[in-house]
Amino acid sequence: MTTTTDLDRDLAIRLRIDALIADYIHCIDEDRLEEWPDFFTDDGRYHVITRENYDLGMPVALIYCDGRGMFEDRISALREANIFEPHVYCHMVAALKIIDSSGPEIATQSNFSVTRTMPEGEMMTFLCGKVFDTVVEVDGALKFKERKVILDSRRIDTLLVIPV
Amino acid sequence: MDTAHMDAGTDFVWPSEDVSQIPFRVYTDQEIYDLEQKLIFQGPTWNFLCIDCEIPNPGDYKMTNIGDAPIVVVRDENGDINAMVNRCAHKGAMLCYKPRGNIKEFNCIYHNWTYDLRGKLTGVAFHRGVRGQGGLTEEFKHDEHGLERIRIENVRGFIMGTFSEHTPPFAEYIGQELMDNIDRVFIKPLKVLGYHSQVFPNNWKLYVENNKDSYHASLLHVFHNTFGVVRPTMTGGILLSDSRWHHLSYTERKEIGDENIAKEKVRSRQDEYSLSDTRMMEHKLELGDTITNSIQTVFPTMVLQQILNALAIRQLIPRGVEESELIWTILGFEDDDAEMDELRLKVNNLVGPAGFISMEDGCVGGFIQKAAMANVDAQTVLPMGGRVIEPSHGSRVTESAVRGFWKGWRECMGI
Repeated sequence: MTTTTDLDRDLAIRLRIDALIADYIHCIDEDRLEEWPDFFTDDGRYHVITRENYDLGMPVALIYCDGRGMFEDRISALREANIFEPHVYCHMVAALKIIDSSGPEIATQSNFSVTRTMPEGEMMTFLCGKVFDTVVEVDGALKFKERKVILDSRRIDTLLVIPV
Repeated sequence: MDTAHMDAGTDFVWPSEDVSQIPFRVYTDQEIYDLEQKLIFQGPTWNFLCIDCEIPNPGDYKMTNIGDAPIVVVRDENGDINAMVNRCAHKGAMLCYKPRGNIKEFNCIYHNWTYDLRGKLTGVAFHRGVRGQGGLTEEFKHDEHGLERIRIENVRGFIMGTFSEHTPPFAEYIGQELMDNIDRVFIKPLKVLGYHSQVFPNNWKLYVENNKDSYHASLLHVFHNTFGVVRPTMTGGILLSDSRWHHLSYTERKEIGDENIAKEKVRSRQDEYSLSDTRMMEHKLELGDTITNSIQTVFPTMVLQQILNALAIRQLIPRGVEESELIWTILGFEDDDAEMDELRLKVNNLVGPAGFISMEDGCVGGFIQKAAMANVDAQTVLPMGGRVIEPSHGSRVTESAVRGFWKGWRECMGI
């Protein structure tokens, strides 16, 4: 049970993390993907895992980035190498919960959904699930040290190329 | 088999004598789809069900599919593996509805009929009725109402299933050369690292063809070409089973030395394109050779994959005429250390629904499906490598294996 005192203590950090997540999803939804690696620390990690694998304790991720280079490679591949029908995401994020803000690494979780719109206008709820974040402060700015995206569905429709 | 198509009432006739032109109708027709379920998936073919290490203990089960048919694979008290159609013999309700688990017996939730782990009917609720009224009569024989059993074979840990008693033993089905490649890749006990599922907006056969199409690999997938997993200039080849139903396409880290190939203008060849972090492309030569890429198909829908150190089985499940689902079982070896685990996680960025060299396979079939729906009387053409269905040593610029698939399809379908 969250008490009033807890809320007071968390309020400032909650607002800052909420702003970080807002900046993050707008960056993706507005196709400013070259800025995406900047949201992570240089040694940041990013996994997109299905809930099936997560619950089974199996490590395989759909996307696994470990360190800035791999984040950059995801974007350069998307821009220059991979072939796919153009599409856009609209992220919705809700229920931000501060799990632990007692140390320099703040642990949070939140729910998200992504609506995908195709060039002809076809829309679907493409992804939804939970994100477990570890956030740290680097030179006065908050960054993700880790984002673990857990997808509720075990299935991906067609392909996954734009990060979540 | 010759009259099978007439029994099912399709008027479809193959429009040519060979398999170098494929009518679009085979990707769009419900009657053909229904026939495929009966004559291919429930016909004389071997289908991947699961891996034995996924059900290590007595009572462990896993749900899977052969075509549309729901199958459950279970390990019994004796340690033997059994596969049954996941359908109660009474009203046909699915017995297992959680993807995996551990059970003592099968227990139908609808009317509480029970079966042992070999599929034998062991109990019928209220079989004596209530106060002498209702219940079973003497003519009901428990032995006649067991679960429909699937014939299985354990092939190096891969549990294969077939509905038909006419299917030859697996090793004979794919032949020695292709068995040798399974032994080349899967050299040690396996462990499952996870699963992916990818839903394609296309008929199942378009994805099967894509796997057999060694011609596209270095053209569609920029990554292959750029990072030297598969370049047209690399040595490799296509092996085909004697039946031509199954194939292996492989690439080896050796150059052919044909200058003409380097001069080809290919979209996927972007020499200036590079990676910031190349750890993803690290290849630990764990199999004792320099083969970088080996894609092996087992007719109709199984793929055994080795791409660098990314090992997987892909199982394709038709989901109606215009949709199919690919289930990837991502593998490592049981004795992998932490460093090898990490390497496999990184290299697995290459494959799966978000894979650098596989994601295109998710959309290209949809591009064909859309066009096919618009003109079912038109046809594709498969001219690369001539009209023959022959193995190819050195070059993978051939559609032989695709034609081999259609040979198998026509033989099963009697079309």
